[in-house]
Amino acid sequence: MADLPLVHLCDVVSLIGRFPALAGVDLDVAVGEVVLITGPNGAGKTTLLRVIAGLAPVVRGEVIVDGSDLVADRGAARHGLALVGHDTFCYDDLTARENLRFAARASGADRAVADAALERCGLARQADVTHGGLSAGQRRRLALGVGLVREPRLWLLDEPHAGLDARGRALLDGIVTGAAASGATVLLASHELALTRPLATREVTLAGGRVTSSTDLRPTAAADLSADQGAGERAR
Amino acid sequence: MSVLADSGLVAAKDLRIEVRSRVTITQILPFGVMVLLLFAFALDPDRGRLAAVAPGLFWVAVMLAALLAVGRSFAIEGANGARDGLRLSGIDGAAVFLGKTAAIAVQLVLLEILLGLGVAVLYGIEVTSVPLLVAAGLAATAGLAATGTLFGVLAAGSRQRETLLPLLLLPVITPIMLGATRAFESGLGGDPAEGWPWVALLGAFGCLYLAIGVLAFGALWEDA
Repeated sequence: MADLPLVHLCDVVSLIGRFPALAGVDLDVAVGEVVLITGPNGAGKTTLLRVIAGLAPVVRGEVIVDGSDLVADRGAARHGLALVGHDTFCYDDLTARENLRFAARASGADRAVADAALERCGLARQADVTHGGLSAGQRRRLALGVGLVREPRLWLLDEPHAGLDARGRALLDGIVTGAAASGATVLLASHELALTRPLATREVTLAGGRVTSSTDLRPTAAADLSADQGAGERAR
Repeated sequence: MSVLADSGLVAAKDLRIEVRSRVTITQILPFGVMVLLLFAFALDPDRGRLAAVAPGLFWVAVMLAALLAVGRSFAIEGANGARDGLRLSGIDGAAVFLGKTAAIAVQLVLLEILLGLGVAVLYGIEVTSVPLLVAAGLAATAGLAATGTLFGVLAAGSRQRETLLPLLLLPVITPIMLGATRAFESGLGGDPAEGWPWVALLGAFGCLYLAIGVLAFGALWEDA
């Protein structure tokens, strides 16, 4: 069982309207991996994350998340999963604290978890400010807080650095490295490769709704690759 | 958490948002009052005629206000992807249905009390049975809120949601309008004994749509 991937996609097709945003994606992600999803606009990165979260329809193929078939049982597959995307999933008329407490209670966590997330996101001073009154960067941090209160085993991050200042980026990097250190799995879709490659263990490239390459980014793999190249050049 | 606890969480969230945004008080209630006033002007300020049609006019005003309340309930889920957040939260669809139904029902009860006072002042009505009015009001409100929530989620996924909701909802709530109006006619100057069978009909209708909502809302919510 330990060898089973946390996320398993086989020949997954997902349509947005009539357009195949995913056109036969095969992807396995192991527990503890930090996978960077790259590709041009329209490649299917956001749809891929939404499919794994059970928010985009799957018209063909198989999606298994943490042992649960997403098509058959979305609820079980979503358990222990956090998605931070373009939307914050928050209510404009609720304060930062109320939004986090609602997300915590909805996920079965208590107020202390929400209050801890508020502190960690650096929003303690804005705790009583409504979501509609927060700046764009503060809203992004609140969205990360909503993910934190779910205490997920699988993070799905879509363009996570967008709109974040230096403090927000440090928070995000801390979440990703902390998640990896604690054995959680992270999939992050991004165009900001300079910021995200150092965090990732593998880079998967999408184009036209399909996976076109998968590259191991771990330092040991890079070192092995360098050593192999050096040996090859010496041999020549 | 249990379905009831989750539904309480959703209802409390929706009501907190309504209290803070004040949409119910500043927009929906004035809309209902304007409907009553317009009917009063349109039907001539003949007190006798107004008192006779007061039950029907009251429920038409409540129904139109309910359309706004239902639309508002799903509009708050449309902003910032909150609907996706709620789906990801793990809260069961049945709990979302019951929570939203409860929140809409609370708003409607508040509106009915205030509009009822307006009707009493504007139309000069005579109350013959308060228990009948309360029972009919509660049963009709439960039915309106349940059907509104069920059809509200159907319309929420459509780009034409503002026009689609009345088209879907109005034919379905016709039995509620009929039963509530008849029961109120009995409680406002009529024979109260004739009103109770209508209350039973309203109760049965409300229970039916609550049951359908609990069973069907989850699938509709996922596809909204």
